[in-house]
Amino acid sequence: MVSKAYLAVILGMGLVTFLPRWLPLIYLTKRSLPSWLVEWLDFIPAAILSAILLPALVTDSATRSIDLWQPEFVVAIPTFVFAILTKSLGGTVIVGMVLFGLAQKFF
Amino acid sequence: MNSTKDSGFGHSKKPVSRGMAAAWPICLGYMPIGLAFGVLAQKAGLSPLEIGLMSVVVFAGSSQFIAVSMLAAGASIFSIVATTFVVNLRHFLMSSALAVFLKNADRKKLSFFAYGVTDESFAVNLSKFRDSQWDLNSALVTNYTANFTWIITTMLGGIGGQFIPAHAFGIDYALIAMFICLLVFQIRGHIYVITAVIAGVIAVILSMLIPGNSHIVIASMTAAAIGVVLNKKIGSGEGR
Repeated sequence: MVSKAYLAVILGMGLVTFLPRWLPLIYLTKRSLPSWLVEWLDFIPAAILSAILLPALVTDSATRSIDLWQPEFVVAIPTFVFAILTKSLGGTVIVGMVLFGLAQKFF
Repeated sequence: MNSTKDSGFGHSKKPVSRGMAAAWPICLGYMPIGLAFGVLAQKAGLSPLEIGLMSVVVFAGSSQFIAVSMLAAGASIFSIVATTFVVNLRHFLMSSALAVFLKNADRKKLSFFAYGVTDESFAVNLSKFRDSQWDLNSALVTNYTANFTWIITTMLGGIGGQFIPAHAFGIDYALIAMFICLLVFQIRGHIYVITAVIAGVIAVILSMLIPGNSHIVIASMTAAAIGVVLNKKIGSGEGR
């Protein structure tokens, strides 16, 4: 069965995960935001997606050092081009997967 | 406003089918990660029930991986919860960016929506809110479809994940490819390119200097601020 200690761990984790997800949605949707904040938030998606992506593409996750000669990065280049040309999310996912599957045979 | 029938042509689908259609790349990406997590958690001594409970209560991939390895190493509750908090702080930024599109939405629905804000659902929903007549109901379906996939695959991994060929067909790249395309969707002018490049470069440098994933929050907040300043300086009004 599930121990009380384990339940305490996941409930604690759940709480501290939920609050940062919940507070902005409850508070910011009820107020009119200053224009600088709206403008700043408008740049957040491009910034955050790039901040998630680029380290995954150009660094070796185990050693955390720059490594451009890895399939993650090499495959990303044609995948980017495909995404820019087609603007197709589903197509990009499929193309990326197929190329990565092929690249893994060579690396 | 949220009538089940959509007036747009070609989009006359209901929230359930629209939401699920938007969720499939996320689900595809969650499958190998969920299975891998289940295998790892099972090796750390967790039962499928315990794995499923964590996926339901927490629903945040990277922090679940970290928590399981900390549990296996005998870490204290406090250090596990504190680490989870830091790892998941980036969702604060994501929910803030989503809030701009959800003015005066129903609080109960917002709470249910908040539970499902992940890197992936954030990116998909945000570009949907920006580019189409997306509504909170569809977004909720997207989130819970992804959530359901995560719960099921993590439990499956815990039951017998080592027997499933989880890394076939380049499926490990599904989420990266999805992020690549969603990043392209976010680029709506030169300022956005500059902001994204600055964020990426800062994130790469910081990721090599500081452990964990706080580089994501620091880099994106800094780059967005630079974007605002540049936008003012150039005065092109390219941003909003």
